Amino acid sequence: MDKLYQKATKLRKLVLQMIHQAGSGHPGGSLSAVDIITVLYFYEMRIDSKNPNWENRDRFVLSKGHACPALYAALAEKGFFPKKDLFSLRKINSRLQGHPDMLTTPGVEMSTGSLGQGFSAAIGMALAGKYIGKNFRVYVLLGDGELDEGEVWEGAMCASHYELDNLVAIIDYNGLQSDNYNTKTMNFEPLVEKWKAFNWYTLEIDGHNIPQIVNAFNRAKRLKRKPTVIVAHTVKGKGVSFMEDNPKWHGSLAPDDEQLKIALDELDGKELITNE
Amino acid sequence: MNKKMSLREAFGKALVKIGRNRKDFVVFDADVAGGTGTYHFRDTFPERFFQFGIAEQNMFAAAAGFSTLGITPIVTTYAVFASMRAIEQVRNSIAYPKLNVKIVASHPGLDTGPDGATHQAVEDLAIYRAIPNMVVISPADPVEVEKATEAILDYPGPVYMRTGRSPVPIIFDENYKFEIGRANTILEGEDVSLFATGIMLHRALEVAQYLRKYGIYCEVVNISTLKPLDKETIIRSAIKTKAVITMEDHNVIGGLAGAISEVLSYYEPTLMRTIGIKDCFGESGEPNDLAKKYHLDRDSIIKIVEETVAIKNKFMRGRKWKDLKIKYPSLLAQVEE
Repeated sequence: MDKLYQKATKLRKLVLQMIHQAGSGHPGGSLSAVDIITVLYFYEMRIDSKNPNWENRDRFVLSKGHACPALYAALAEKGFFPKKDLFSLRKINSRLQGHPDMLTTPGVEMSTGSLGQGFSAAIGMALAGKYIGKNFRVYVLLGDGELDEGEVWEGAMCASHYELDNLVAIIDYNGLQSDNYNTKTMNFEPLVEKWKAFNWYTLEIDGHNIPQIVNAFNRAKRLKRKPTVIVAHTVKGKGVSFMEDNPKWHGSLAPDDEQLKIALDELDGKELITNE
Repeated sequence: MNKKMSLREAFGKALVKIGRNRKDFVVFDADVAGGTGTYHFRDTFPERFFQFGIAEQNMFAAAAGFSTLGITPIVTTYAVFASMRAIEQVRNSIAYPKLNVKIVASHPGLDTGPDGATHQAVEDLAIYRAIPNMVVISPADPVEVEKATEAILDYPGPVYMRTGRSPVPIIFDENYKFEIGRANTILEGEDVSLFATGIMLHRALEVAQYLRKYGIYCEVVNISTLKPLDKETIIRSAIKTKAVITMEDHNVIGGLAGAISEVLSYYEPTLMRTIGIKDCFGESGEPNDLAKKYHLDRDSIIKIVEETVAIKNKFMRGRKWKDLKIKYPSLLAQVEE
């Protein structure tokens, strides 16, 4: 578990440096998702960076595509592409687009960024997995603000209709969306009850507590004939005091030199990860 | 041209026929299988038919995810929903990542009839044409629908294909060859080119045959692929006749008229008239009555053809096709590239 926490800290540092270099991006929602993504890529999923198209691999879809710095950091750390590429994020001719592009970035399973669509795409993958008789699992991470999209609830109905027990949706419930708190923008509570009403298994965890994330994925595997949703309570901007729970750091915003230094100091006090 | 069948029926039957030989595709439906013709497939291959309910956005994006596993989803609904309700899912989740999803929509244009304007898509071709990576097809008769269905399954990438609701005459025989991106010259003529797409082709042929008796020779070209457009056939025909008329059951903005204008204004500015829906919504009514009211019927077409030929003769008097051909050798070379 310690190793996973260390990995998460490393990913957070990469996320901050990438966005700093890019000059724009979505730091808040990337940092809130880091621990979940860390557990998926470094513990939970059966994937092979040497063979990214291995047909039996588990699939991860980042439906909240704007949090892609966290995904890119995990993919680079996992060896899907050189770490130095991380610093080309959002720049011209880069393989790292501002929102995930499956055609240019190795390891990205679906092009996402328009909210709600990645969730449906993950449902399609899970449905196809059942259809062709493969037993891979599909994980999809949604933002809480994303739940405003009607498509999400179309998908929620569809996934339980088809009894997609190979599908796990994780809600990065950091309480903030682009402009303001969810409750002020468009209140979707009671949330867990909504998913229950759509006939999903529901789990509720602290999305920064790695043992809880691991346990939730293990439990989801044992649940049959229904999809599972993990409502993960998180903090937007997690790990950086001046970003935490502050709508200002949703995006498109990058830390300046001074802010980056403070943030990295807070994370582990160690030096920058160098641009190899 | 005596037997009739709707393009949606032809599509449904083609799915079953093709489905017996190839297992590499499935069909997605949003509770309109009776309307799109896919009920034939549903009843024959229930395990390869996926019902998504009345929820098109989820259906289209799910098709994107499904296709990544190597099985081709043919996503079916009405053209209004395929081109507007869920178009952003098509754009971002299917076209942008160039995924192998086929979108086949029925109920296009005034041919949709009594359901009225809400269900008559007059914009679908324009919308799909403007999306990068999309192939856009509008077959003319039941035979072409079957051939095109097979062809789009062989093509690796996103395709939009329009069928039709009302019975139309069977024009082609089994030897007809459909190729994505190729326009077929069905009838040769010197006086005017009729570029028709979809169900307008049989009207174009009817008019062309009628006018022959009066000494007007129409060239009839079937533009069943609107994108990529067969520029060469179009330009050659325009150079030959020096007058073109586009014919579509669709808004004259952005569809076939737009596509032909884009090509000819660039390579071969030509006298041109458009037959289509003149930037307005339709209404309820039988397709033939609507065609008459909105000037897509035989008599309206004849009138436009005669006018166009008269205008051409006024301006082009004394100039021969042969002279024009000599005048544009570099252009032809450019087109042939």
